[in-house]
Order: sequence, then C-alpha cells, then structure tokens
Amino acid sequence: MTARFRLSGRAVRPDAPASRFLVTPVTDTDTSLMDKAAAKAVRATPAPLAFRVRGLSDRSIAWLFITPTIALLLAINIFPLIWAVYLSFTNFRANRPNAEINGVGLTNYQRVLNDPDIWQAMQTTAHFVFWTILLQMLIGFALAYLIDRKFRGHAFWTTVILIPMMLSPAVVGNFWRFLYQPQIGLFNYIYSFFTGVPPSSFEMLGSVALSPWAIIIVDTWMWTPYVMLICLAGLRSIPDYIYEAAEVDRASAWRQFWSITVPMALPFIMLAVLFRAIENFKMFDMVVLLTGGGPGSTTEVASITLKREAFESWRTGRASAFAIILFVAVFGLANIYVKALNKVKQR
Amino acid sequence: MSTANSAHSVVEPSSTSKRIAGAIVILYAVITMVPLAWIFLTSFKSPPDSISYPPKIVFQPTLEGYCNLFTTRTRQTPDYIQSLGAPTSTCDEITRNRNMVIAGPSNYWPRFQNSLIIAFGSTFLAVSLGTLAAYGFSRFKVPLADDLLFFILSTRMMPPIAVAIPIYLMYRQLGLSDTALGMILLYTAVNVSLAVWLLKGFIDEIPREYEEAAMIDGYTRLQAFWKVVLPQATTGIAATAIFCLIFAWNEYAFAVLLTSGSAQTAPPFIPTIIGEGGQDWPAVAAGTTIFLVPILVFTILLRKQLLRGITFGAVRK
Repeated sequence: MTARFRLSGRAVRPDAPASRFLVTPVTDTDTSLMDKAAAKAVRATPAPLAFRVRGLSDRSIAWLFITPTIALLLAINIFPLIWAVYLSFTNFRANRPNAEINGVGLTNYQRVLNDPDIWQAMQTTAHFVFWTILLQMLIGFALAYLIDRKFRGHAFWTTVILIPMMLSPAVVGNFWRFLYQPQIGLFNYIYSFFTGVPPSSFEMLGSVALSPWAIIIVDTWMWTPYVMLICLAGLRSIPDYIYEAAEVDRASAWRQFWSITVPMALPFIMLAVLFRAIENFKMFDMVVLLTGGGPGSTTEVASITLKREAFESWRTGRASAFAIILFVAVFGLANIYVKALNKVKQR
Repeated sequence: MSTANSAHSVVEPSSTSKRIAGAIVILYAVITMVPLAWIFLTSFKSPPDSISYPPKIVFQPTLEGYCNLFTTRTRQTPDYIQSLGAPTSTCDEITRNRNMVIAGPSNYWPRFQNSLIIAFGSTFLAVSLGTLAAYGFSRFKVPLADDLLFFILSTRMMPPIAVAIPIYLMYRQLGLSDTALGMILLYTAVNVSLAVWLLKGFIDEIPREYEEAAMIDGYTRLQAFWKVVLPQATTGIAATAIFCLIFAWNEYAFAVLLTSGSAQTAPPFIPTIIGEGGQDWPAVAAGTTIFLVPILVFTILLRKQLLRGITFGAVRK
C-alpha cells in the first residue's frame, strides 16, 4: 500500500522530483485506455492548430471555469471579511442598525487584548486543544499501529472505528449531555461500576474541575479515528524493504520503531496535528450543546465568547475585532506550521 | 491468516501479535460504539425507562419516542379521552395511555426537510462549481494558481462564528436571513473549497493524453471536458459530493445563528425537543437516530475515500 502526500496546490506528477511518498498507480484500465487514445491519435491527421481555433481558447475556458468559484468566495467570504475589518474599527451594534456609526480607531482591539475574560477564554481553548490533540495522537497512533498488524477482519473494524467522526458534533454532543447525567447517565453508571464511586457523587458537566475534561472526552471519542486514519496512511507509506534491511542489520524492534516507524510517519502525524488544531481552535457546536460554556465560564472556549460578544451583548464592533485577531492567529500559526511540516517532509 | 508463510517474512507480524492487536482494536471499537448503541436503545424506551436507575439494558421496547418526535400533544382528562372513540393509530394509542391526545405534527419533519433541501442544494452547487474550477486549475496555467488555491483553502480556517457576524448583517440587508437560499449559498461557499481541492486531485490523476487525443479527433476543449474528463472523474465527483453533503448535513454553528424558523435545519432543532418536565430523551434519541442513519450509510460507502476527503486531498491512498 502506498500513499501520496501533498500540501501545495501544485499537482504531483510522476516526473516531479523523487519523493518517497510518490508512487503513481498504473492500473490495467489505464494502459488499455492509453493504447486506445494513442491509436486514435495515430489515426487522426495531425492538425495541431485545429482545436485551438475552433471553440473557446484555453485561456478563456480557464477563466470561465474558475471565475464562478472565485466570485462566490469573494461574495460570501471575502466581502464579509472586509466588512468585518471595517466594523472592527467602529462602535457599530447590530441590534441598533439605525444608530450613527462612529469610527473608534484601535479602541476595540485594545479592549479585546486587555479583556481578562477573553484571555481566560483563550486559556480554556489552549487547554482544550492541547489535551485533545495529545490524547488523540497517542490513542490514534496506537490504534493505527495495531491495525497495521493486519489481523483478520481489520478492514471491517477500521470502518466501525471511523463512524463517530462522521456524525454531527452538535447532535451527538447534545446526546452526550444525557450520558453525563449524574445518577441516570450511562457514563456515570459505567464509571461507578468499575470504581465503586457512587454515580451521583460527581457531575461531569456541573463541576468546575470535571467539565473541561467532559468536553475533552467527547472530542477524543469523536476525533481519535481521524488521527488514526491519517497515521495509518503514514505507517502504510513506509516500504517493507526498509524494515527488511533493518532486520538484516539486527536492529531491535524498539530501535526499528524509533528510527524508522516514527520518523517516517512524522509528516503524517504533523498533518493530523495541524488539521485537528485548526478544527479544535474553532470548536463551537459540541461544547455549546454539552456545557454551553459553563459551569460559570470554565468551558467557555474562544468561539463561545465570540458568540456572546456578537449575538448576546451585540457589541458587533468589538466582536469583529476579536474575530479578526482569532483569524490572524490561526492563519499565522498555520502558515508557520506548514513551513515546518514541509521541512520535515523534505528531510 | 497463514502462519506457515508469515514465519518466514521479517515484516509480517507473528500470529500472536496479530491476535493481541486484533483484540485491543476490537475492544476499542466496541467501547466507541457504546454511546451510539445507547442512542439507538434509548429511542425505543418509554420516558420512565429512559431515566431509570440503574440504566436499563433490557426493557419493553415502545415507539413512544418516535411518536413524540413527530407529534405535539396536549394533556386531557380521562373522560374526554374516553369520549373520543377508538384510537386511529399506534401513536394515538400510546399517547392516550399517557392521558394525552395528539394535537398535531411537530416541527421535526419540516426541519428534516430543510436539512435535505439545503444539504442537497448546496452540494449540487459546490460540486458543479468545484468541478469546473478544479479542471481549470488542473489543466491550465492559471496565474498565481498556488495563491488562489491557498486562498480558497484559507476560507476554511475562519471560526464559523467570525464569518457569521458579517454574513448575518449582509443577509439581513439582502433579505436572505432564515431562507433556504441563503443557507444553500453559505454552505456552497464553505464546501466549494473542499470540492476544489479534492477534485483537483482526482482530475490530476486523469492523464491529459485522453483529452488531447479527443481534441485531435476533432472535439473542442469543452466537448473533451464533458465527454472524456467528466466520465473519468465520476468516482471522485461522487466521493466529493458525499463529503459536501455530510458537512452541510452536520453543520450547526451557521444554522443556529442564521436560521430561526422557516429555514431551520435539524441539528439546531433536535436539542430543543422537550417534553413535560424537561428534555424528552427518547424523542431526542429517536430524532438523533433518524438523523444519523443516512450518515452511517454514507460512511460505509465512502470508506475507501475517507482519508482523502478529511485531509483536503493532502493524503491519498
């Protein structure tokens, strides 16, 4: 099994500089079609300019095909973004659309950056992102490593494991609220069954100490398969002959794991970290339905604070400033990370 | 599993290690299925059974949850219920046993319909636009192609709430708030980035020689695209469509902020299902079950393409 790996927009072609991830599968159908195409080409009279003259030129087709997508993104993504940038410099409130809009300069940005609640939310988000990624990487990689043993029925069980990540985080998160109920909830019951702690003695969602872990557990349950799937692709991209060579050199299994498996799967692991970090930084739906940010503000991640500022306090200008800061942070960090990732990949 | 062969291979794990690996993975798979199994079981419980302690695994299955999901009910006196005559349906009977009568349909089905319309509408648009753009990026030298592609991807990095603030204002101005059209356009814009990235990968894999041969045969570029490239890309287009569909189906943040009534989809609606004295968990479970089943089917259909879809085509198998 081979895997191909790509992060730039440019297509990976068979003649591109050799990369160890790059193997283009050529199937039988490909060759037969190729032959047919070649035969057609031979039969036809060579007329290199003929198809350039008839119909639209390639250049205009390229623009014709790409423009609708760009136009849609400009209208629904970029125009609102520019509007948000503008609003972030004003005192506009969306619940008072007719009030006079005044420019306030950088005040909104200053207030956001000096607001202890917002820093609290950033800390909560960081805690959430750190632990979910750590747990998901450990469990996900271990699972991938075990599935790569190719035991009987591994394909079936892999599909079963993948199911949670495809489901709606909102709808499933809402149901976890039921599982976490003290007394009647299944989670508390199972925990008390194995530990003997009375099931009504702790509240996963109601206690300040436990609620951050309640959302981490649900996120880990949901997204470990995602990490597992990417790690599995990484493990399968390592050619057998490297292990065979290591075996000839009498490298121990432990040594093989740390000198071959981990470094060669690293770009994939890093990619999984990137995708999970971006997603969890934006986390909203699952948390809002499980805890609503509570108790108090112990699970109030950045998106929930943003929603409160924008749609409950209606401080649209300030919320816009916060949104821009968040976007710049994610975008900047992701860019730096992708550069690091590409370095690891080229090693 | 042939132990005789694997004994000679240095890379083939031993059968004991395979068995241990299998046991751990199966254990994990079973544990992760527990919450989903619980949703399914709860949907067939009566409300008292659903909140009993200890949690009941063996119970008398009933359709009460599904009945409550699709209806609204009012409490009546036993005398009034007696005077109504024979119940006309199973749900009618179940409801009357609780001293209630069915007052009318609930909002679940309209919300579910909205989900269908918005998910399929936006998927169709996103895949159509995405296929065209992907072909453009794959086959032609587009100036700043990498920048444009990265721009398309970066639109996915925004927290949905950050996007929702200006969209909310814009839709209010344009009269698109709480309309299916507004939601379709928004989900199309979100999905089109995924569609372009995935489809570009799929189209890159179709050799250019096919179209070139067709064009030498007298096809125009458009005809070659339509008659040669599209049929070759069917699998990729289908997989991309399912990914877009799943996103639109599952989406919550935009839906809860931008819709309130007529265009509300199922995800913001399901948590609001309440019965007398709190959340009606069997009805919530029933709504959740119905909502999750299509995704379950799609996941199984997609399992070979999943990796590609969830990484925006960055990892291919």
